[in-house]
Amino acid sequence: MEVFLVSLLNGLVYGMLLFMLASGLTLILSMMGVLNFAHASAYMLGAYFAFTISQYIGFWPALVLAPLLCGTIGAAIEMYGLRRVHRNGHIAELLFTFGLALIIEKVVQMTWGLIPVPYRIPAGLDFPLFTVYGTQFPAYRAFMLLISALMFGAIWLGLTRTRIGLVIQAALHHPEMVGALGHNVPRVFTTVFAAGTALAGLAGVIGGNYHVTEPAMAFTMGPIVFVVVVFGGLGSLTGCFIASLLMGLIQTFAVVLDYSVADLLKWFGFTVTSATPFHEVLTVPLPRIGALLPYVLLVLILVFRPRGLMGTRDT
Amino acid sequence: MSADATQRAPQGRTLSAAPGSAGLARRAWPWLVAIVAALLLPWLFFDWSTHRHSGFALTMLSEIGLMAIFALSFNMQMGQAGLLSFGHAILFGLGGYCAAHTMNAVKAGAMWLPVELVPLVGGLGGLLFGVLFGYVATKQRATAFAMITMGLGELVAACALMFMGFFGGEGGISTDRVIGISLFGVSYSSSWQVYCLVVAWTAIAVLLMRLQTQTPLGRMANATRDNFERAQFVGYDPRMVRFCQFALSGFFAGIGGGLYAIVYEIVTFDTVAAAKSATALLAAYIGGAGGFFGPFLGTIVVVLLQSGVSLLSNAWLLYVGVLFIVMVMYAPGGLVGIIAQHAPIARAGRLRELIVPYVRILLPGAFSVFGFVLLVELASFTTIGAAQGKAFKIGPQAVDPATAFPWLLGAAALIGGGLWLRLEARGFRARWDALMADAKAKGVML
Repeated sequence: MEVFLVSLLNGLVYGMLLFMLASGLTLILSMMGVLNFAHASAYMLGAYFAFTISQYIGFWPALVLAPLLCGTIGAAIEMYGLRRVHRNGHIAELLFTFGLALIIEKVVQMTWGLIPVPYRIPAGLDFPLFTVYGTQFPAYRAFMLLISALMFGAIWLGLTRTRIGLVIQAALHHPEMVGALGHNVPRVFTTVFAAGTALAGLAGVIGGNYHVTEPAMAFTMGPIVFVVVVFGGLGSLTGCFIASLLMGLIQTFAVVLDYSVADLLKWFGFTVTSATPFHEVLTVPLPRIGALLPYVLLVLILVFRPRGLMGTRDT
Repeated sequence: MSADATQRAPQGRTLSAAPGSAGLARRAWPWLVAIVAALLLPWLFFDWSTHRHSGFALTMLSEIGLMAIFALSFNMQMGQAGLLSFGHAILFGLGGYCAAHTMNAVKAGAMWLPVELVPLVGGLGGLLFGVLFGYVATKQRATAFAMITMGLGELVAACALMFMGFFGGEGGISTDRVIGISLFGVSYSSSWQVYCLVVAWTAIAVLLMRLQTQTPLGRMANATRDNFERAQFVGYDPRMVRFCQFALSGFFAGIGGGLYAIVYEIVTFDTVAAAKSATALLAAYIGGAGGFFGPFLGTIVVVLLQSGVSLLSNAWLLYVGVLFIVMVMYAPGGLVGIIAQHAPIARAGRLRELIVPYVRILLPGAFSVFGFVLLVELASFTTIGAAQGKAFKIGPQAVDPATAFPWLLGAAALIGGGLWLRLEARGFRARWDALMADAKAKGVML
């Protein structure tokens, strides 16, 4: 019970972090058809910007400034890069963001070094909030939950209650029709791209010190976010939200359940020894399989249900 | 020679390409020249005082050969069938693992196989996994296909670190190419002998891939790429076409992997990792995915940058990435596409008039490249290189990267060169358009 409750909370924190990343990506992918490889790079940039800013003026200004910086970069990428490449089709756009992700990783390596930077949790939030069955729950995780819940509320209100939100929702499904009605669709694209990048940056600010801030963080996070987007389905923020939470919970629970197929077979009175064929596969503990799970899910969903959980069309 | 004569010549050649010994000889000579050139190239680096080949040059040329097979097999999917794969290295790497295990088995006396045929084992391994993964991946196309292959790539890469038996974990599988069995009585103890084997297999694989483009399967792959619905109406199952193309490309990637196992005598986790897949993608796109030989050209550029530049700095991937982005944005046809664009002007016989405009844009271009490289090297030196205890030099002149001077110089060269380039580009474009209009007027466009 103790393990369950703590893992549930941790999974929730991780899932909300994933949602912060995935929500922007799902909007960009559904609307513009661009599988943005540089999205996770914005997450990394957010963390590094926050690290540098917090060294000079503190964590709280960084919480605002770093996402704004990321958003500005995102707007520039959309206006001066993607629009130009757009003429050559979706694959060219995808390749463009892929090259961008490579370059950003290298630039980060050259600016901040190859090893992880000491980006730490702010001192004001570095205390245990409450204790569950003897395990302390850090205040910073509660803070992460709060930020992501606020962000979720803001997105939801923005998309359903504002004019631009309604235009965005319409452009998700019928961009040509929206353009025909006189809305400036390219500007909507830029807005969404910049907002999505800013959200990814915000995720980096609060996730960078929760995890590790290192040059490889974009390439480890990238595929997982793709899984969430595909799992949730194109054009559905609700699906994306559910998928994020599920993925967070799956990954967290896989880490704490230290069992393998061999343990399962033992229940049926079958003992796996080193002489058994495929004993290596059978004795791999669940935490290690847990790392594979997102990719297995990605492949399975795309093959058997390309429209995902609540998607309106195929990926 | 008049323009009319140059115009007729290529058309006449395509007409006389009918089978026959004369046509065959005419088509075979570029291949023979390329093979002879590949065999002569290492002698440029031969050290006559010690009577030894340069190990660095041989390794680099071997790397070009096997990576060219890999990039071309990647292009069988991307260029020919329009299938963008982010996990192509798994076919290459798994072929390599199969070849390494086979060589170890031969060495232990468990089976008989000459070294020359080990790449074929790699190819069969690649084909097997190509069939397996292809069955899953080719159910979708376009973006979904790209994501499936990415998932498969990550999956295999993670497995490579998890299962020690087949993959050997982080250390990889080491092997020994001197297994004592050879078709020609060669021991393969020197890297020159290995290089000859690489050249032979590269020629075979490239020739087979070239011929494959002219088979009905190769043509149907083009058709499914260009118009999915119409290909279906013709009566072919596009999924089946994609699947066959994928599996065959796995076979060739596996040959590359088998050669890798022979050249380096170790197959590690790196061969299946995402970075390896990315290298094929970068090489294919920089060279040009549209033409058959584009990936070959791209591989030469990428490997030269990788082994030539990385001796000086750690930033080769950044240069490759920037080159890639520039290609995606300004020249989607890659290097081969840029060359092909000159064809009408050349046929109009006015290529000479482009020399002066080219010099005028290459000069500022060189300036901005110099500035960019200087800035990149300064940045990577201050964060990474300084820790290795090296000194920073521009030519023979030692420079202190902590002072503002080199940074300002780099920025000035980059920005100044860029502005100058913009100015000159206008004149170049006008000249180019005029020549193209002339070519069009003469009717030598195609």
